Amino acid sequence: MPVHELDVELDFRGMQERVRAFELDRRTFLRLCGGGLLVCLNASDTAAGAQESGRHFGGHELPQAISAWVHIGTDGKITVYTGKVEIGQNIRTSLAQSVAEELRAPFISIAMVMGDTDLVPWDAGTFGSRSTPTMGPQLRNMASAARQLLVETAAQRWGCDPAGLEAADGKVTNPKTRASLTYGEITRGEKLTQTVSGDPPLTPASMWKIAGTPEPKVDGREFVTGRHRYPSDIVRPGMRFGKVLRPTGFNATLVSAETAAAEKMPGVQVVRDGDFIGVVADDVWTAEQALGKIQAQWKVPQQISNGELFDAIRKGAGGDTHGGAASDVEKAVSDAPVKLEQTYTVAYIAHAPLEPRAAVAEWTDGKLTVWTGTQRPFGVKDELARAFRLAPDKVRVLMPDMGSGYGGKHTGECALEAARLAKAAGEPVKLIWTREEEFTWAYFRPAGVMDVRGAARQDGTLVAWEHHNYNSGPSGLNTPYKVSTKVEEYHEWEEPPLAQGSYRGLAATANHFARECAMDEMAHAAGMDPLAFRMKNLDDARLQAVFTAAAERFGWGKEKSTAERGFGIAGGTEKGGYTAACVEVAIDAQKKVRIRRVVQAWESGAVVNPDGLRNQVMGAAVQAIGGGLFESIQFANGKILN
Amino acid sequence: MADLVLHVNGAERRTEAADGEPLLWVLRNRLGLTGTKYGCGEGQCGACTVLLNGEPTRSCLTVASAVSDAQITTIEGLERSGKLTPVQEAFLEEGAFQCAYCTSGMILAATALLEKHPRPSEGQVLEAMNGNVCRCGTYPRIKAAIARASGAKKEAEHASA
Repeated sequence: MPVHELDVELDFRGMQERVRAFELDRRTFLRLCGGGLLVCLNASDTAAGAQESGRHFGGHELPQAISAWVHIGTDGKITVYTGKVEIGQNIRTSLAQSVAEELRAPFISIAMVMGDTDLVPWDAGTFGSRSTPTMGPQLRNMASAARQLLVETAAQRWGCDPAGLEAADGKVTNPKTRASLTYGEITRGEKLTQTVSGDPPLTPASMWKIAGTPEPKVDGREFVTGRHRYPSDIVRPGMRFGKVLRPTGFNATLVSAETAAAEKMPGVQVVRDGDFIGVVADDVWTAEQALGKIQAQWKVPQQISNGELFDAIRKGAGGDTHGGAASDVEKAVSDAPVKLEQTYTVAYIAHAPLEPRAAVAEWTDGKLTVWTGTQRPFGVKDELARAFRLAPDKVRVLMPDMGSGYGGKHTGECALEAARLAKAAGEPVKLIWTREEEFTWAYFRPAGVMDVRGAARQDGTLVAWEHHNYNSGPSGLNTPYKVSTKVEEYHEWEEPPLAQGSYRGLAATANHFARECAMDEMAHAAGMDPLAFRMKNLDDARLQAVFTAAAERFGWGKEKSTAERGFGIAGGTEKGGYTAACVEVAIDAQKKVRIRRVVQAWESGAVVNPDGLRNQVMGAAVQAIGGGLFESIQFANGKILN
Repeated sequence: MADLVLHVNGAERRTEAADGEPLLWVLRNRLGLTGTKYGCGEGQCGACTVLLNGEPTRSCLTVASAVSDAQITTIEGLERSGKLTPVQEAFLEEGAFQCAYCTSGMILAATALLEKHPRPSEGQVLEAMNGNVCRCGTYPRIKAAIARASGAKKEAEHASA
């Protein structure tokens, strides 16, 4: 992934503001080594290490000792440690499949410990579609090295050549003597001590037996029985419930607050610290009532509204274009028989994870432990350490498999608030954001403006292309179509009116949408079929293949679009994934659009869990339809209106 | 705060509740039944669905003290002696979830639907499930799970007839 893209994901507005230190505790602590937890024993030269230990991560390196990643108990139970988290994408299952495959161990012998900052190796977070392409190989490397170590240890014990031994089904066997030792018998529950360097041999996908199969969600029964404990379900002894008073608009300052009526309620404690006002009560209902009794005056500054948004974006996110190339495009467009100049926009939309932000915070002997729903447990740990001026070993963040995120739970605001309330109350406090808070005080998928210009010859050959993205991001900006003269630029907006950040598919959704719409309009101008126009300008075999597959299954071209019923096709590639979709829509007399049918083709190389992938592709299509049709966030003057 | 008796999953549960406290919070925070989820608190998402005398009901909008006479079924009450109901089995078999935060509400709404209409039409399925939101977008699988469960139900009736 280009470094620039990570910039956009991590450095979004508001994050730095949220992590500024609080005034609750004025004792100062030496800040130790920037939140790093783990000792790096050997610099990584694996792809995963190179990808994830970039300049943004304060010198964090992935530990290369097997013991940091894998533990095998005397009973043969294998525990795998990763900082990635499970939020519905089913990596708890698919990563375990990868480990089982390389370790030659039964799938059911694998247990994943995920997102517990005291137990797992440091990790930047679960975002940017990196779990399968980077954590997958990382764990496979560890498992492969562990398998080699197990074989070598067995060979030493038997006094034979390791080359003649076989590892399968959680055992090492000597085919000559028929002697065998289970992995548990070999390790005797001790830590594996080998340090991995270089790339251990990995099993090719064509030989996979456990990876590559549609293994069902590993703990599915916990979910259909209600037994699974999400972050919002965590209970601690003596735990109380918190609520936080919200301003009446963005960027508001507190003028006055009358809290006496709330304080008089039995069992209610009001916590006040500057503009932060919260309440703690024995039950959540009482906390809500107490919050409602606080009379606060806020001053909300004048701010822009929906109606002005797209003009403001273009003005705010202006930027230099590459002069020379832009004038080449200009010239090509003016000379070409087929041309297009078009602007596309995407609105702010909310992630709306069904489980809102939730946290339970507990202080014990100066150590802060927080269970919270986040895609970045180590990021939240850093936020907490900074805010409360704690040494890194005094903060632990645990991330129970949560009720989704879609890029919307990178930040630790709820954890910070719960910790603040728990500190003041002297008891563990649970805080669950309301739906309204989640829709207002979380951050949004950025709105964006895309200006596209294109030129083609009469036969449909693209000759020039220009695509500017203002504010929504650079992901998916580069056209996969052949074109010699092109300008593709992302223009950042320093001061967007709403807090914005990552989203499922990132800006790729917006940029693919703009590019594919422009391709349709150009095909129309050239008098060509939209699929034929695309194929004429493609030389990427993998993208051609998904277009062909989607079109064949859909029956593309068999029927012509009418005023009431239309057919569309679009595709693209991003991060090694290739996809194309055909859609049938109906439009009624009131111009109401209904999606009748979607046929989507997908190819992203070897598939670790085909059932999980199907589920993700389908879910993403459903979520994209919502975003495309009816999720636009309306706002005015610092307030969300819908 | 007042004493309260509720009939939950076939058992009489003695607890207390603040004046006006929703059933959702009593179930989750006083009775430890956290399988019932908070999603919106406004009756819009269905994550908090429980059955009141068999009827799917939003526990976030139901005052606990008002339902002391009702038989309340939560997701924890479906499994009997380690055996899942056909709806639970069907959700597992179809993999009808991603994060599964909506699953408790989905399963209870589907259970009530199939009690009323053992072989529901597509329209009946949509009507019954329309108020339950799956933000991960697994609706096609949820529909498949309901179809599967209705078949399983049919077979079970055959077997016992």
